[in-house]
Amino acid sequence: MDISFKNVSHTYQPNSPFEYTALNDLSFSIDRGSYVAIVGHTGSGKSTLIQHLNGLLKPTSGQVKMGDFTLAPDEKTSNIKMLRKQVGIVFQYPEHQLFEETIEKDIAFGPKNFGATDDEIQERIPKVMQAVQLSEDLLDRSPFDLSGGQMRRVAIAGVLAMNPRVLVLDEPTAGLDPKGQKEMMDMFYSLHESEDLTTILVTHSMEDALEYADHVIILENGKKFMEGNPEDIFVQKEKLQQVQLDIPEKIAFLKAFEERFSRDMPYVHSDMKQLAKTIQSVVKGDEIDG
Amino acid sequence: MNQTQIEFRNVSFRYADDQPWVLKDVSFTIRSDQSVAIIGHNGSGKSTIAKLINGLLFPDEGEIIVHGTSVNENTIWDVRKKVGMVFQNPDNQFVGTTVRDDVAFGLENRGIERIDMIQRIDSSLAAVRMKDYLLHEPHRLSGGQKQRVAIAGVLAIRPDVIILDEATAMLDPKGRQEILTTVNEVKQNHPLNLITITHDLNEIISADRVIVMNDGEVWLETKPRDLFTKEEALQSIGLDVPFSAKLANELKRLNIELERTPLDQKELLDALWTYHLKT
Repeated sequence: MDISFKNVSHTYQPNSPFEYTALNDLSFSIDRGSYVAIVGHTGSGKSTLIQHLNGLLKPTSGQVKMGDFTLAPDEKTSNIKMLRKQVGIVFQYPEHQLFEETIEKDIAFGPKNFGATDDEIQERIPKVMQAVQLSEDLLDRSPFDLSGGQMRRVAIAGVLAMNPRVLVLDEPTAGLDPKGQKEMMDMFYSLHESEDLTTILVTHSMEDALEYADHVIILENGKKFMEGNPEDIFVQKEKLQQVQLDIPEKIAFLKAFEERFSRDMPYVHSDMKQLAKTIQSVVKGDEIDG
Repeated sequence: MNQTQIEFRNVSFRYADDQPWVLKDVSFTIRSDQSVAIIGHNGSGKSTIAKLINGLLFPDEGEIIVHGTSVNENTIWDVRKKVGMVFQNPDNQFVGTTVRDDVAFGLENRGIERIDMIQRIDSSLAAVRMKDYLLHEPHRLSGGQKQRVAIAGVLAIRPDVIILDEATAMLDPKGRQEILTTVNEVKQNHPLNLITITHDLNEIISADRVIVMNDGEVWLETKPRDLFTKEEALQSIGLDVPFSAKLANELKRLNIELERTPLDQKELLDALWTYHLKT
């Protein structure tokens, strides 16, 4: 689904003492099939932005286009239910939203509400359980008997069961241990690829944005502060520091290394092994010293 | 018996008789002059340890001794005077309508004199750099600020032990940094028996000792620097090592032996520079 924001602003409780502008003249576009990271501090407008993606909020000025759907002020969006079916949002700590007696019922709740037949639901459940890497043996169990990480997977399975075309992830790894975080991020990446999804990741982790996204939008005070390829954005240390964001650790290290060894160490997408080899050749002086 | 330490003696715990054991025969000692980190994967039992220390839960087997007092239903009020806790969710631990009232709450419960109370509120909010927010409403603060107020509330009652139970897990990187800086500052100015429960490996760097939990058992007790050499073993139990240690371990495989495993980027750069000068 192609997404575009055109001069979008959102003001909460306008004309009251509590008036607060969360989004301010925001414009960007996202091509279908891309993996976009949205980065910014608490209060930068990320959550307000997300809620525009499936029409939970409408802009107070400007226009949001989600595929064929249009969201604009004072305009009733036709068939908003169809939009919500196609845009799956995994909110923060989604496991807090589990409520059914069994995992199976919890996963079925969403698709049922969007009018899927029992047969369709029965066909989807094994697929989504597999996608979130949970055993089908668990389906009869209460979701509340599971560990936190497993509960989160059930909640995500419930979103996937609606067959969304756009997947919005709000801090999906918060509270998970390092292994759980990596598994979760790898899982979303493989879903992004195999289901041909448009993925929007809201994150505080510069490392994840650099690793998984092909486009980054940085928000500050409800405005777009920067936008571009992760490789271009995350090397701009001074600019990011203006909004108190850190650069990813790997890039920070390369910059510090550059300074200490007085030589250029451009960032290239590489794993630790390759990085270690590069460092090795410099510290051993294999190349001609500059 | 040493009066100033926390001791777990063969502690086992489960939430119900038909549930699996959360802690299995756990024994360790935390000396009061040390700051200790307890780490482990989700579900490893690390938060259960915190709840057992101040009597929110009681062991099914074994004994827990906090600074000379055995924790049981008769002693929990004495124990809780000694142990202050900061929990994970910044929104779940406020009672006061202003920052000042919130910090006062714990003091009122202990019947502290008003003059003493005012002084303690001032000094504990100063320690976490929140003195300018005395009359602010807690729920309007940022996550990091909320947790700093929660820490001030604990400092004000001057406990012997402070437990941070994943106190940074729900914060953004800026908030997390605020808390780490605050805690390190407080530690330098007050003698503090600090127990940090976390799975963020960057948070254990300043600990004197680390207790690693795995599936309800003590997997290892060691110093952070020694722990960071065990990258593969840590990954096998759901944890990892910080970036600098990871790169150092990778370099070791290429026969670049640094003097010691670096705790942070600065140590890594210094070690690489030394290595470079020697070759």
